[in-house]
Amino acid sequence: MKERERARWRCRRGLLELDVVLQRFMDKHYAALDEAGIRQFEMLLDFPDTDLWHMIVQKDEDEGKAGLQPVLRLLQSV
Amino acid sequence: MTVARRKFDAVIVGAGGGGMRAALQLSEAGLKVAVLSKVFPTRSHTVAAQGGIAAALGNVTEDNWHWHMYDTVKGSDYLGDQDAIEFMCRQASEVVYELEHYGMPFDRLENGKIYQRPFGGQSQNFGGAQATRSCAVADRTGHAMLHTLYQRNVRANTQFFVEWMGLDLIRDEHGDVLGVSALDIETGEVMILQARATLFATGGGARIFSASTNAFINTGDGLAMAARAGVPLQDMEFWQFHPTGVYGVGILISEAVRGEGGYLLNKDGERFMERYAPHAKDLASRDVVSRAMTTEIKEGRGCGRDADHLLLKLDHLGADVIKARLPGIREIAIKFAHADPVREPIPVVPTAHYMMGGIPTNFHGQVVAPYKTGPEEVVQGFYAVGECACVSVHGANRLGTNSLLDILVFGRAAGNQIIEDLKRNTHHKHLPGDAADKALARLARLDSQKDGENVAQVGDMLRKTMQAHCGVFRFADLLKQGVDKISEVAERVKNTEIRDKSRVFNTARVEALELDNLVEVAVATMVSAQARKESRGAHARDDFPHRDDDKWLKHTLYFSEDRRLDYKPVRLKPLTVESFPPKARIY
Repeated sequence: MKERERARWRCRRGLLELDVVLQRFMDKHYAALDEAGIRQFEMLLDFPDTDLWHMIVQKDEDEGKAGLQPVLRLLQSV
Repeated sequence: MTVARRKFDAVIVGAGGGGMRAALQLSEAGLKVAVLSKVFPTRSHTVAAQGGIAAALGNVTEDNWHWHMYDTVKGSDYLGDQDAIEFMCRQASEVVYELEHYGMPFDRLENGKIYQRPFGGQSQNFGGAQATRSCAVADRTGHAMLHTLYQRNVRANTQFFVEWMGLDLIRDEHGDVLGVSALDIETGEVMILQARATLFATGGGARIFSASTNAFINTGDGLAMAARAGVPLQDMEFWQFHPTGVYGVGILISEAVRGEGGYLLNKDGERFMERYAPHAKDLASRDVVSRAMTTEIKEGRGCGRDADHLLLKLDHLGADVIKARLPGIREIAIKFAHADPVREPIPVVPTAHYMMGGIPTNFHGQVVAPYKTGPEEVVQGFYAVGECACVSVHGANRLGTNSLLDILVFGRAAGNQIIEDLKRNTHHKHLPGDAADKALARLARLDSQKDGENVAQVGDMLRKTMQAHCGVFRFADLLKQGVDKISEVAERVKNTEIRDKSRVFNTARVEALELDNLVEVAVATMVSAQARKESRGAHARDDFPHRDDDKWLKHTLYFSEDRRLDYKPVRLKPLTVESFPPKARIY
């Protein structure tokens, strides 16, 4: 029931860059995510800060993270 | 209302580098340790530290802890306590090697030794050639440190309370500290964590400024808990700023941009740094550039609708140079300023970065306050380390790479001191019946508030007030108005209201509680800054442009209860070497 609130708190990070991007994502895209999208987002939130930031700005297509691409692309766009 | 209670030997609030280094010392000594953190430990703000750890290992060029000590004293503009600075610089090599043995993957030289790189403000031979003193793990030193310490703590059975927020410090009638009340963010439950030793490692509070490089979690929680419990805050007027943060969000634009030939413009399109620093221009030191920017804005030459920022132009460097040499900065500009620097300038303002002040401690990590007979009496059972503490090794300004060193040295020292102190204090002291009342009263007020203030709006007003009245360059009239304005904000904070009163994951409640903390830090900063009538280190005043050692070579102590200020002497006498007497600071 409090899934959104829980996700919102887990968007609190050690890097300000991520705080800002994740907050924008929550405001703009979170509500429209389906269950698969929410799962992808939560998996992305589990990455360490520096790794997640690099995934967002470097936009390299990592085979291992292919399943996370749809939500990652949204994160890259905000 | 009865509140659940748990007992530990030591409770640590904050799981950044300082908290986890102290926790490790305690857990490995067999003590029962609880560490509270608002976020998962490896997401603490330590992760943002890239520069490295200063230590005179001498792996690349000859080095000596005594040279490092000189640089730190000078960098502090002589406000640093020289006993603590000697202690830190002497222990630097040891704590770095210790971290190496814990598995920290330091960059290496070809001969296998730890690689070191140069960093601003670090010299050889007491102000001579550039020193090569920073030990790093590429550009992710803080990240590597957090992961190393977290793994090691898990192995040592440190008990983490993740997504818990400290609410208030618990003191008895003698002033001794007995633990903290805390909120489990997930369930909304309040609990008392009783301990024979309570250590704060809650980090900084630069979220009091609208432009800040700090993560959202840096709301000065530990400082506010200490201040509300009657512990003074020391040297709160000293905040380090970077000249170029992205307007609106504060994210840092590295000096590399100006190094490559970028320059600043005001609303008239004038390259104004030529007026302030005819030779160095945009490459003048951070404080000179920041002050010039503030002056331009104050005199009405700022850009944009509110004339409140300046422009950093680099399109003349050409797309190829920007893409090749400044790719990370281009990403940041596009993402956060919606400006591609290949075509348009980046809107920037000076951005708050590091808090030199904090909870006063000695170099053993014990909190000291003038509450009994002397000016530096130990507050029994209470310890603080890292950015939330003021030892003071950074004095009026901090050198790059000294913050990670600070948290390692004093995290360990506080751990050792607690181990000694607990040998004498073998039992938990009696917990007063009203131990959680203060925290419960704040929560009850928040739940019952009607027709109250909006948390986000009041928070915004707080940050704007601090930015406009107590920023990187300070003016008598603005400071005076600032004290009144921040007092108004403080009154409004007393009446904040939240719509969501539910218990589970109520982030609105957490943010209201964080605002209670921010306002303590903000008022302490404004009042301390207005009173200090000199310019020293990061505290720069238009009306008193020079350092005044006769009147102001002393630490500020701010007491929240009656907003009273007191002062105490700087500890100019080191432990074993000669004192470095104050002299003019020239780089």
